[in-house]
Amino acid sequence: MNTFKINQLIGVAIFLFSVFVAVPYAIAASGRWDFYYTLTSVALLSIASAGVWLTFYIGRINIGQGAFALIGGYVSAILVTKAGLSFWLTLPLAGLFCAFIAVLIGLPILRLRGVYFAMVTLVLTEVSRLTMLALPITNGAKGIVSIPLPGALSIFGLTLIPDFSMLKNDKLAFYYVACVLMVICFAGMYRLVNSRFGHLCRSLQQNEELASSIGVNIAYLRIVVFAISSFLGGIGGAMFVAISQSIYPSSFQVSDSINFMLNCFLGGLGYVFGPMLGTLTLYFGWSLLFELGKYQLLIYSSLLIFLMLVLPNGLLSIRFSKMKGVQK
Amino acid sequence: MNPLLQVKNVTKKFGGLTANRDVSFDVEEKEILSVIGPNGAGKSTLFKMITSFLSTTSGEVFFKGEKISNLSPHLVARKGVVRTFQETTIFKSMTTHENVIVAQHLRAKATLAGYFFGTKAAREDVKKFSGTADEILEFLGLDDIRDEIASNLPQGHLRALGIAIGLATNPTILLLDEPFAGMNHDETMHTVGLVRKVRDSGVTVLLVEHDMSAVMAISDRIVVLNFGEKIAEGTPKEIQNNEKVIEAYLGSEDITIGI
Ligand SMILES: Nc1ncnc2c1ncn2[C@@H]1O[C@H](COP(=O)(O)OP(=O)(O)O)[C@@H](O)[C@H]1O
Ligand SMILES: [Mg+2]
Repeated sequence: MNTFKINQLIGVAIFLFSVFVAVPYAIAASGRWDFYYTLTSVALLSIASAGVWLTFYIGRINIGQGAFALIGGYVSAILVTKAGLSFWLTLPLAGLFCAFIAVLIGLPILRLRGVYFAMVTLVLTEVSRLTMLALPITNGAKGIVSIPLPGALSIFGLTLIPDFSMLKNDKLAFYYVACVLMVICFAGMYRLVNSRFGHLCRSLQQNEELASSIGVNIAYLRIVVFAISSFLGGIGGAMFVAISQSIYPSSFQVSDSINFMLNCFLGGLGYVFGPMLGTLTLYFGWSLLFELGKYQLLIYSSLLIFLMLVLPNGLLSIRFSKMKGVQK
Repeated sequence: MNPLLQVKNVTKKFGGLTANRDVSFDVEEKEILSVIGPNGAGKSTLFKMITSFLSTTSGEVFFKGEKISNLSPHLVARKGVVRTFQETTIFKSMTTHENVIVAQHLRAKATLAGYFFGTKAAREDVKKFSGTADEILEFLGLDDIRDEIASNLPQGHLRALGIAIGLATNPTILLLDEPFAGMNHDETMHTVGLVRKVRDSGVTVLLVEHDMSAVMAISDRIVVLNFGEKIAEGTPKEIQNNEKVIEAYLGSEDITIGI
């Protein structure tokens, strides 16, 4: 048990070191600055995927995260451009707004299970795109562009984050912010899943009727989970908008929702860190296959199908099946 | 004194089909009361209405004088009326021990946020749950399979685990739906012993059962349903000699009755 804990700590330390020290060093040495954008995207997409993973954890297939990323992005963009709020304030607001929407939508749709819930969430992504196209405040297909970079964030005169427009290297800054958010998100998820909350989610996933007979308020728990999930979607979306300084109704669409879901499948539905690994693999896999031109999608999909057949429990199942053996 | 549980004129209709018609009976504290009747007589439906898994078409159920019908299942469970399922239901991919830990949800003192931040109350809960789970498993003789994944357990153990889950909620009344189904004679007698033990620990037991020898052995009183209606109520002896009951069972030509 104790060696297990120590191993865990070493793993976390190595991870943090690679993310915050080794990767920036390697990028500086190789001059591949474009990797920052890629890795920042991975970090943000994995946050949104973490939300989807949590809904999987209560037994719901969520193909609606694109909708919340889009909504979160627009909330931040509108608050920054129209209300002149600091981006750092709009970030949590975007998340909270998404959580609020999730509560409203979740009340009716979370009664659905299996493929029915999946279909409704899929439709949700499309509905939100059409809504953004139609609303006056979102500026239709032209979207919202030239969004200013995030300003400084200071608390009690102490500058926590400098003004991004003053920075020589805002790519690096975005990378750090995205990684910090990702680390916070996954640390929180880990804690959540390993607390009683996680146990109750598992009880829901396995048998909702039995869960309610032992006194679990299943409707409430489902809503809370969906709200957390959508909160993470909104945060991811809002950060993306800050980086690209623009948002359009097509910024997040059905294919993104599907990718968020695939990230979870690929990484492993049983492991908290599954969505992170899944996002990294999928994103890089897709880019690496770019050379193949028109065969990219074909090879990519075949590889995915192959991986899911060989590793139905996700990439992390390789590591953990061994570890479990050692533990017992 | 008021009876612990009162079923009052309960009727359930599924479209044109009447699963329960005007059923009334009382359950006294710390007794074992069995509801028997041929297949399709409406026993499971009655249990589901008592625990608010189904709403009643008309009629009410009272627990300690409080109405508990047509609420939510988790609220009824909170009051201490807990049901196990006819189809063995457990949390399949958890271990036996984890099943019983999760089932102690209602005993939690800390809030969910408290668990997230690991407050003192939460840490105490976690420790207590693990201990209580061990006690319950030992009580039911399941301590050998503490760390087995539930989906790997044989039928007999699954039923017992179902009872363990029920007990973990700290119920006042435990409703067991066919706890002996699919068991051979020895397993049945073992489980009969467990149910007695549960009652002797102070829990009132309401059970639906098919196995007549078990029912006769275990029950303080019996309620008989036929086509959704209560046709008799009384001690095992009274029921065995009840004309209506004999007629109903002979009519259904159910050879497992053994009366
Ligand atoms: N959800 C339901 N919808 C429609 N009919 C049902 C439903 N549940 C039970 N029934 C019917 O009600 C009758 C009583 O069923 P049930 O309570 O399961 O009987 P028992 O448990 O005594 O065998 C049966 O005829 C059954 O088909
Ligand atoms: Mg039944």
